[in-house]
This record gives sequence, C-alpha cells and structure tokens, in this order.
Amino acid sequence: MMEAVAVPPFERFYGQHASEVLGYLRRLLGQRGDAAWQETFLRALRAYDRLEHGRHLRAWVFTIATRVAMDELRAGSKVRLEADVDGEPVELEQPAFAELEHLTADLPPKERAAVVLRYGYDLPYEEIGAALGSSEEAARAAASSGVRRLRRRLSAPSSGGAGAMTQRTRRNLNVHHA
Amino acid sequence: MSITPELDARFRAAALAEGLVDVRYDVTESPVGDLFIASTERGLCRISYHAEGQDEQLARIFGARVLRVPLDDVRRELDEYFAGRRRAFDVPLDLRVAPFHEAVLHELARVPYGRTETYGSLAAKVGRPNAARAVGTVMNRNPIPIVLPCHRIVGANGSLTGYAGGLHVKRALLELEGAMLPS
Repeated sequence: MMEAVAVPPFERFYGQHASEVLGYLRRLLGQRGDAAWQETFLRALRAYDRLEHGRHLRAWVFTIATRVAMDELRAGSKVRLEADVDGEPVELEQPAFAELEHLTADLPPKERAAVVLRYGYDLPYEEIGAALGSSEEAARAAASSGVRRLRRRLSAPSSGGAGAMTQRTRRNLNVHHA
Repeated sequence: MSITPELDARFRAAALAEGLVDVRYDVTESPVGDLFIASTERGLCRISYHAEGQDEQLARIFGARVLRVPLDDVRRELDEYFAGRRRAFDVPLDLRVAPFHEAVLHELARVPYGRTETYGSLAAKVGRPNAARAVGTVMNRNPIPIVLPCHRIVGANGSLTGYAGGLHVKRALLELEGAMLPS
C-alpha cells in the first residue's frame, strides 16, 4: 500500500517550487513570464484545498505553469525571448538549456513546451503529457517532432546556430551536420 | 532564478485579496524571544514560542493554504504589551478547541493584568473545583499564550510550576506586569 503523503502547508510548496517555475516561465515567455508566474501560483492556491495528497506536486505545478504559458503563447504573437530580465543575468540551473532557450523559440507552443520540459527540466513523458493535457504518447510525439524540426534547421549548412552548441546539447538532440 | 521581493510581495497580496488563504503566519521579535503568530480570517489563532512544525499543525486544523504574510495588528499589540503600554488585547481570536478547554480559556481571559490565580480557583470558576489537573492541561495546550494569559496561573503555594516558553519567560511576563518583584 502506498503511504499517505500529507499536503504540505502552501508556504512550503511555494518555497520549494516558486524559483524553478519562474525560471521555466521566463524561458518560455521572456518578461511576460512574471505575470504568468503569479497566475500559476494563484491557480495552484485556488486548487490547493482540493488536493487529496502531497505527491507529484512538482509535476502538478509544472502542469499549471505550462497551461498558463500555452495560453499566453497562443494569445500573443511571436514571443521575444530575453536572456536578460531586468538587467539580471538569467541563472541556468540546467546548463543545456542556455541553448534550448534560443533554439526552441520558433517551435509551435506544444512542441516547444515538450522539448523544454524534457530536455530542460528532465520531466518524464508521463508528466509532460499531463502538463500538456494529453497522453504520454502525444507528449513523446510532440517532443520528437520538435527535436526533428530543430535538427532540420540546425543541420542546414546556412544555419549558424548549430556551431555554437555544446557537445551535450548536440548529444541530447542528436544533431549532426549534414 | 530567485524571486524578487516585489514579485513575492505582489503574489502574497493577490492571494490575500482573493481570500485564498486559510491561515497567515509571521514571526515577530519580542523581549522573550521570537514569537510565531498566526491568524485566520476570524482572528488570531496561534502564538508559539517554538516555530518548528507550527505550519503543519495549523494546516491540519485550519486548512493547507498556509501563507506567511505580515500580521501588523497582532505585532503592534504585542509590541505595546511588551513596552508596558497595553494591558489587554483587542484583536479578535479564533479558538477551535474542545468545550471544556474553551470554558477554561474563557475564564482565563478574565484574569486581570498584573494578577495571578491558581489552577484550583480557575477550575472552581468553570464549576469543576476538583479539576485543577485538567486545568493544568488546558494551560499546557493554550494555543494563544500571552494574549490568553496562562502565565498568570500559578500553583496553590504560589510556585510558577510550568510554562511553554520556559519558567524564565513566565517570570519575565509576571515581572513586566508587576505581579512579581524582579528577581
């Protein structure tokens, strides 16, 4: 039998995930990420008293953040990504993301979120599916479609982007020069 | 990526404005050490000398939407009390305790500033003259010490017996109120 996990006081949940989610949303939305971040935690708080247990809260908050971000991405025109918000350098907890951030800017929203969650945050496809409101298979398909799109673009000889990639990103995305 | 104080404060204010918080808490400094204080929409529900684990206890009693925000009214009244400028508290209270506890705490609230009473006399006031021990238990579990002045309750021989914040704190509060001569 699975051991019951109590829902932690919201303050602890917030303390654990607020920074990481802000980083995620800023990477997806640039400066608009700040408003999306507040909306994410307000939505979480609105639903918090209906949680039945305290498991998978990280995946849960990424689900909410992804939905907020997708709404933003669909509503807005093309999002300009900023490496630098309010003059502060963006800290990168996931080194490979430094490149993904720019590389994924032109992907369709769903593929972009799938690639970012998979390669930037190491979320399993099951949780990415939940975040995208679809199945594990659909999440895997969106990520691989996004990666294929990136590969095509990056392996084109005219592209200057691939040259700047580290070995790690190259390996993750399996990009080779044509 | 760290949350800026502005972003953080804006979120907390929005959460409160929307009425999404079951319990708000804060930690305030006092001459007897840091005090953990907490309130619901109805009123002050907790003061503790020990912050550790309080948030989880509150979550079980009042709901998991526990958020740290400044509690200015409570802090101000406590500051005034410790400065010797306040003898009774005005903040509303949110007590969620068993009926016997509630009856005892209600009588406790009427023990005047600067006076002491015994466990036995408090027991007699709630119609249970032989329940001094049970009254001791109620004092021991008082969720809002200082404001509900369990420090004013002493043993039959005048000894201080016990206190959640330690006997030195009980002594300090009674000295502040002039109920005991400074040692």
